[in-house]
Amino acid sequence: MIVELGHFSLILALGLAFSLALLPAVGVYQRQPRLMQMAGSLSAGLFVFLLLSFACLAYAFWNDDFSVAYVARNSNSALPLQYKMSAIWGAHEGSFLLWTLIMGGWTLAVSIFSRGLTLDMRARVLAILGALTIGFILFLLLTSNPFDRTLPVFPADGADLNPLLQDFGLIVHPPMLYMGYVGMAVPFAFAIATLTTGRLDAAWARWSRPWTNVAWAFLTVGITLGSWWAYYELGWGGWWFWDAVENASFMPWLIGTALVHSLAVTEKRGVFKSWTVLLAIFAFSFSLLGAFIVRSGVLTSVHAFAVDPERGMFILGFLVLVIGGSLLLYAIKVSGIKSEAGFDWTSRETMVLVNNLLLVTATGAVLLGTLYPLIYEAMTDGKKISVGPPYFNAVFVPLMLLLFAAMAVSPTSRWKKTPIAFFTQQWRPMLASVLIVGALVFFLGSSFSGVVVLVDAMALWIVINLVRDFWSKVANKVQKIPSLFRQSMSYYGMLLGHVGIAVTMIGVCTTVYYTQEKDLRMAPGDVVSLAGYEFRFNEMRKVEGPNYIADQAEIEVLEQGVRQTVLFPEKRFYAASRNVMTEADIDPSLFRDLYVALGEPIGGDAWAVRVHYKPFVRWIWFGGLLIALGGFTTILDRRYRAVKQARQTSAAASVSSNPASSAAV
Amino acid sequence: MKFGKMKPQRRNRLMIAGLLVGSVGTAVGLALMALNENINLFYSPAQIVQGEAPANTTIRAGGMVLDNSVQRSTTDLRVTFQVSDMQGSDVTMTYVGILPDLFREGQGVIARGQLNDQGVFIAEEVLAKHDENYMPPEIAQTLAENQKKLETDVKGMPL
Repeated sequence: MIVELGHFSLILALGLAFSLALLPAVGVYQRQPRLMQMAGSLSAGLFVFLLLSFACLAYAFWNDDFSVAYVARNSNSALPLQYKMSAIWGAHEGSFLLWTLIMGGWTLAVSIFSRGLTLDMRARVLAILGALTIGFILFLLLTSNPFDRTLPVFPADGADLNPLLQDFGLIVHPPMLYMGYVGMAVPFAFAIATLTTGRLDAAWARWSRPWTNVAWAFLTVGITLGSWWAYYELGWGGWWFWDAVENASFMPWLIGTALVHSLAVTEKRGVFKSWTVLLAIFAFSFSLLGAFIVRSGVLTSVHAFAVDPERGMFILGFLVLVIGGSLLLYAIKVSGIKSEAGFDWTSRETMVLVNNLLLVTATGAVLLGTLYPLIYEAMTDGKKISVGPPYFNAVFVPLMLLLFAAMAVSPTSRWKKTPIAFFTQQWRPMLASVLIVGALVFFLGSSFSGVVVLVDAMALWIVINLVRDFWSKVANKVQKIPSLFRQSMSYYGMLLGHVGIAVTMIGVCTTVYYTQEKDLRMAPGDVVSLAGYEFRFNEMRKVEGPNYIADQAEIEVLEQGVRQTVLFPEKRFYAASRNVMTEADIDPSLFRDLYVALGEPIGGDAWAVRVHYKPFVRWIWFGGLLIALGGFTTILDRRYRAVKQARQTSAAASVSSNPASSAAV
Repeated sequence: MKFGKMKPQRRNRLMIAGLLVGSVGTAVGLALMALNENINLFYSPAQIVQGEAPANTTIRAGGMVLDNSVQRSTTDLRVTFQVSDMQGSDVTMTYVGILPDLFREGQGVIARGQLNDQGVFIAEEVLAKHDENYMPPEIAQTLAENQKKLETDVKGMPL
């Protein structure tokens, strides 16, 4: 009964999404404030019914209702409660319900926090979000209904959640990632709404910016968590594979990064408007493309959900409609857009343009590599290929090095025009960085690598310039503490984000070049030494978990004869799904991880064992979190609140004096 | 008209167009070069048995791991196993290292590696399917084609 209620509220939500897409739009067209005002309550209703629907599915999982096909496939009575709850989004149908719920959440958030918008603009934005939600709910109801029953004959127990997913990572990674993916719909809606009015002004960039930054920050968190999860869960110590599905999340991130920067310039300087709108359209389009890649199964990926061509066709159709429609609108409306200011080629505007070009090019390169297997198959009549990480590294890394160079000088360059001397003087921080990094590598006795010195020196160059800039803004002032507060939160957000990139750069480069690893055969009593540590395989034992039994190894780690830690990697057997899974054990620290995973038993009491020494690997994710924190920080900027309040009063005044004036198109 | 004397707006446009063409051109060039060097063609066991696959070139191959075909070395991590299209074409593969958790006899795998002159596939990387519902499209297609052949063969047989 509860399950049918969930299905029913999803249908009601569809009705509300239709109303949200239509009524405010009609209101805008006919200049009826009452219809436009309905957008708020419709958004709230839409969210409530989506939440109810989601809660009903949660109830089915909590209650072990195996008459629901989705629950039977992805849960089990012995599954611990936290995994039963995260199993809701453990497979295709439920995860898309979460996606749709998050869409409802963003729509509600826009309706609540955009009261400062003109009534007309708010109605347009919410109507567009409503229209997108129609597509998502239809997709659920027509191709992926999580509430389908298997009556009258249903299994006594569920087939269990994939053991790889029975982990903390599943609890946090998909919700964060979807917040980012779906959040990109908000700048998209703002862009389309603005295009329909034909007035692209600085106000549009100011409205759009906090939403974009937050969505992008969530996407950053989601990708970072995913990388960390893959690292500790998959058992082979990798943290990025250039897998089709990873690329699916990385492309909207790259475009989103370009958008975040280009929006900043559009808001501050009134230039790049049409370009920024295009980026907003593409950021969301890449989110949808990601959904298509993940859920259609057209590409070989370790992440792929169960394959269903019908679903792929639906998303493809939706994708074509959204991209085609918005680009058509763009083509019609964009010619009327004029820049408000000029700039010199040495300006900060140019630097951001370089940033955008590099990021878009990088996205194109990743897209080409990701889709090339499909293109090749179509061109060669069914020949199958794969494009490996060497391709992506060969194309992506040089582009990123150029980007980092632009990143080092851009934040301290000037708007409109920067003195040439500023660029020529950069040899000083550059040289200092190279010397410092070179000296560090030399004194730590690491083997020399030109790439490591280059990348780490660039990271240091970025940080040195930021610190100098911050210093000049704060330390040179008479009142140091008050001047700390006088800097905008946007500025602090930029500092955090860029330092985060530098931290990630150092982490990636150092991990890639200095990781040491050994796969070997070990029996109790065997010792292997790696990177100055000795790993002693003491014994194997059986341990029992809530829904699995495991072979657990005890591996003692010694450094110069002194015991550092004991690691307990496991090989788990999940009875319900009859799956075997590796559970690595890691001794983490700021400067190095020791990573031990069990392979399989290989005769006698010997096991295949994988031992890794991974220096600076934590920096990759720590940097990712800093980048996200930077994104979140920018929305605390006083400017957005001040503007909102000012708009609120003026909008309220205009509505009360002349209801139709704000609706004029 | 000299570059420096152009109207700022026109000069900017020219500069932007130049940057765009330059960077996209470079990127496409780099990308196509990198693609040519880094694509790995997939060959089915039948193609390999018939000698269609090149030796000593990195390719991908896959199929079902035959029952009772997995043999392990007693001294190191070398594993030898047979991969089949279940239609009589089998390829011997060897791999040194740790196999994925879902590697099992009777399951589908895809490997990246090179054929040596003896026709043995030396795998550098072995991927097993990720969950019960998922099968790499390459293997699914090979098996489906064989299934079709099998069905038509059966239908064609006098009963």
